[in-house]
Amino acid sequence: MLRSSTTWILVGKRLAIAFLTLIIVSFAVFFATEMLPGDVAQILLGQAATPEAVAGLREAMGLDEPALQRFLGWLAGLATGDMGRSYVNGIDVVELLGGRLQNSLRLAGIVTAICVPVALTLGIVAAMYRGSWLDRAVSVATISVISVPEFMVATLAVLVFAVWLDWLPALSYGVNVDSIGAMLRAYAMPVITLSFVVSAQMIRMTRAAVIETIETPYVEMALLKGASRQRMVLVHALPNALGPIANAVALSLSYLVGGVIIVETVFNYPGVAKLMVDAVATRDLPLIQSCAMVFCVSYLSLITLADMVAILSNPRLRQ
Amino acid sequence: MTDTPLVSVRDLRIGAVTDSGRNVEIIRGVDFDIAPGEMLALIGESGSGKTTIALSLMGHTRRGCGIKGGTIRVGDHDITGMSERKRARLRGSDVSYVPQSAAAAFNPSKRIMDQVVEATRIHDLMPLEKARDHARDLFRALALPDPDTIGERYPHQVSGGQLQRLSAAMALIGDPQLVIFDEPTTALDVTTQIEVLRAFKRVMEDGGMAGVYVSHDLAVVAQIADRIVVLKNGEIQEQGTTEQILHAPEHAYTKELIAAFDPVPHEPVGQVEPEKETPILEVRNLCAGYGPMKDGEPLIKVMRDVNFELYRGRNLGVIGESGSGKSTLARAVAGILPAYRGEVLLDGKTLSPSLSQRSKQELQRAQIVFQLADTALNPAHSVGAIIARPLKFYKGLRGAACEKRVIELLNMVHLPPALRHRLPSELSGGQKQRVNLARALAAEPELILCDEITSALDTVVAAAILDLLKELQQELGLSYMFISHDLSTVEAICDDVLVMYKGEVVEALPAARMSDEATHAYSRLLVSSVPQLDTGWLEGLEQDPELLAAFSGR
Amino acid sequence: MTTTNGSSRKFRLPTPGNMGYSFSWVGRIGAAIIVFWAVVALIGNWITPYPVGEIVDWDYFSGVSAAHWMGTDYLGRDIFSRVLMGARYTVGIALASVTLACSIGVILGMIAAVIGGWFDTLLSRLLDAFNGIPSLLFGLVVVAAVGSSIPVLILTLAAIYMPGSYRFARALAVNINTMDFVTVARARGEGTPYMIAREIFPNILGPVLADLGLRFVFIVLVLSGLSFLGLGVQPPYADWGALVRENIEGLSLGAPAVIFPCIAIASLTISVNMFIDNLPTKIRDRAD
Repeated sequence: MLRSSTTWILVGKRLAIAFLTLIIVSFAVFFATEMLPGDVAQILLGQAATPEAVAGLREAMGLDEPALQRFLGWLAGLATGDMGRSYVNGIDVVELLGGRLQNSLRLAGIVTAICVPVALTLGIVAAMYRGSWLDRAVSVATISVISVPEFMVATLAVLVFAVWLDWLPALSYGVNVDSIGAMLRAYAMPVITLSFVVSAQMIRMTRAAVIETIETPYVEMALLKGASRQRMVLVHALPNALGPIANAVALSLSYLVGGVIIVETVFNYPGVAKLMVDAVATRDLPLIQSCAMVFCVSYLSLITLADMVAILSNPRLRQ
Repeated sequence: MTDTPLVSVRDLRIGAVTDSGRNVEIIRGVDFDIAPGEMLALIGESGSGKTTIALSLMGHTRRGCGIKGGTIRVGDHDITGMSERKRARLRGSDVSYVPQSAAAAFNPSKRIMDQVVEATRIHDLMPLEKARDHARDLFRALALPDPDTIGERYPHQVSGGQLQRLSAAMALIGDPQLVIFDEPTTALDVTTQIEVLRAFKRVMEDGGMAGVYVSHDLAVVAQIADRIVVLKNGEIQEQGTTEQILHAPEHAYTKELIAAFDPVPHEPVGQVEPEKETPILEVRNLCAGYGPMKDGEPLIKVMRDVNFELYRGRNLGVIGESGSGKSTLARAVAGILPAYRGEVLLDGKTLSPSLSQRSKQELQRAQIVFQLADTALNPAHSVGAIIARPLKFYKGLRGAACEKRVIELLNMVHLPPALRHRLPSELSGGQKQRVNLARALAAEPELILCDEITSALDTVVAAAILDLLKELQQELGLSYMFISHDLSTVEAICDDVLVMYKGEVVEALPAARMSDEATHAYSRLLVSSVPQLDTGWLEGLEQDPELLAAFSGR
Repeated sequence: MTTTNGSSRKFRLPTPGNMGYSFSWVGRIGAAIIVFWAVVALIGNWITPYPVGEIVDWDYFSGVSAAHWMGTDYLGRDIFSRVLMGARYTVGIALASVTLACSIGVILGMIAAVIGGWFDTLLSRLLDAFNGIPSLLFGLVVVAAVGSSIPVLILTLAAIYMPGSYRFARALAVNINTMDFVTVARARGEGTPYMIAREIFPNILGPVLADLGLRFVFIVLVLSGLSFLGLGVQPPYADWGALVRENIEGLSLGAPAVIFPCIAIASLTISVNMFIDNLPTKIRDRAD
């Protein structure tokens, strides 16, 4: 499909804003962690360290340089893939992150693959039969899920599947999986939990988007041409709701970022979030900063993607 | 077969559920028939139930409403007793619908042709190619430009008047027995309305189809309907042939409607001698627009080089179609949209372009009243508080003195004093517009800028507001600048008329001489396009087709 | 003084129906639960059957009994007492944060909408950028950096939800700002404070309150999440999230010590949602 130049200008603008946001976010992440009370060198060396040793370490770590200079250095490092070394064990942060990121992405991928088709179908069907028992059931279920914290969904899942039914292990050790059955069992709990949280959002937003289009005069017009309810929704409402729906999908997927932090902790899943929570416990700054950036970048990409889909799907900008 | 009516509606009752869950009847026992090939008009003000009745002929009611009793028969089908599935089979094939706003009724993401032929696809009436050919024939019959290719476009790529005719093609594609027109020309400019009306009339006559024409405008209905049903509050007041309703109305409400159509012509309040007096408002070379400024000029220029003088006790009408810049002129004079060039002089004194630079006293002397009373009154404030605010703000009135003045002002606009405790949402449209006026009067202005203040009102209510304006002028010696798209309204209240077209004044004449002496092509077209309460008017109307083409935005 | 309303002479209870409002049962139940927890949060420390921090039973993770209505926790403390006290932390912190977030957000949003121009652009861009940080993550980083205490939690949660509230209020205010009654007030020569306080605010109040409720729910969720991660309210005190964390080992035993705090959170958040979805509506009995 051809698109007018104004569309591309809008897309370009949105990308520029996303980039600017990223700079501001990294600024916030850097200075939030830098605000740590106490001297990092002192903390690292312990109370017994001599002032000379602390001063030496400060210099070696470049902590005496002005904050802005360290921020720019850190930013440059991020851009070139150098994220520094862990304060705790001296291992390269990139190395620590690599495998963990893969685990988290795999989890997110499986959840996305399950949620998107299920949630879209349920959302559209609920909108199509608005007011029916199915719609009511879906509404009650989704509002319940989004009203409770992620850890509660996780707790309930453990209670039901691991404690009462004894089908699945309560914890996940997703590293050594040698058979499909073992893999399924390892991923099942985190995936179930995240899927509930993410699809509840997605169903609600999809339903709202479709209903909004169903209430337009052109869908009423289709009704007055004798169209069936299915035709009204699938042929007339849906193509115009695509933008909002895609937007809903991307926005709901951004809930993955928050959900994954809780879920990886609950199930002891070796992903980035678990790494970060552990790093917070040990106050391992470079690691916290890098993990935070990983999350912010994925979150930003998703909401930027959502906005761009909304821009591109606007039929008035089509040539 | 000719003796049996095509449609018969008996004791139709439609109910609605209010917010509190209470059931109310919005259509209360309506009976009428439509003979084959006959065009029946349903006429009434907003809330009279005319659209609800029209939609019920297709077995459709809007959300929250439902048919509670009575029977509707269309051809051999008993609409009220049918299942929703069977009703769907009738819609688009036997009974079809032309919407009020075609711009909203076309799906923005699908090509026009696909939407026009959709009914034939749904009901499997004819092969696709044949349907398309049929559609192109209809486009031609409806006098659409480029009939062979216009279907390939998207709805936002054609003009409003064209979309309205395309929506008629969409309704006619399945050769229905009955076509429902739901205020199809209300959203159009008066010059465009003529063409659309003509096209509708021609295809309906050629096809020999029966129709229902829903409208609030008697003059429009007079051109196209064989019979008229007059509705008010969900009940039929009177029904009869068009001639009968227009020339021998029996019911009081019908008489009121017809009387409102012919307002008393305006008589100037006092004679002025321009040489001796300073005009209350003078505008010199005024230019205004929107968008980013470049070299002291905005990107989008809406209005250019407007000049006029308005003397005390006289009224100036500004007339033009939507987008002509007439509202912009009012906003530029009020300083809401600062003019980028030119001068506004109030009583001989130059005002600064932006209202933030004007003094409180300057602001107080000229007040503006807007079209939609709904949005012009703060829904969170009581009527009393709304009228009291200018009293406090300009005059520092408080307490009992303020309350006394509020009551006086309410009396002035013929509203009961008890109304001051109500919220705007509890008032009718006409009452709101009176409160709107009372607020302007509270400032004790010398000049009131009226921006389309009667356009959103029903005919009878609008006529009463015009009378009120005249009365207030007599009492208070006000001057009005009256913006409107409706020539007859302007003629009813103004001494002088400016005709605006594409941001420029193309004609300036005394109102009384407008019909006879207008020379500019657009003003002539405008004058000839105002529908008359006369069944033969559209037939006998001869307009220069080139003129029409040039000015109706094709 | 000139009221001619005869029915007002008779004494009537000020129920929603009598005051001209319709209020569905779902909404009423929601409101009742909210009021219940609010009262518990206020008087919790006087009605606890046992001292909150005291070990009262040697049997840890014990079940529901007459002595311990919600069982005991991993140390043998009375869960019922701890849930009652937890209400004070969860409801109190969330309420303080949401009030702070919404007051600042709404005021800034209205100012931005009325003034417009560079002030609006700059503020909107800045706060939008802030929205680019996932909320739980922001809490995690700040609490990790500054350390957890109740004021830090309140300020952090308020900071997380302020931009959203700003955005919401600004969008509403921008819509109101285009209304003719605002133009009329401007043409009258009114100043910005009047415009914000009298013309705009009363007209966005309804949606803003509903938004405040939703934001309250989100804050309860994030606060519970932080506490669950051990970064929220610190021991020996505990909000509901922290109670779940403390007793998570009891999960495999199906201990009531985990389940009841969960129910407490869910009952609060779901009832707020129920209340917002079914707010009392002014009866407009006109068929138009």
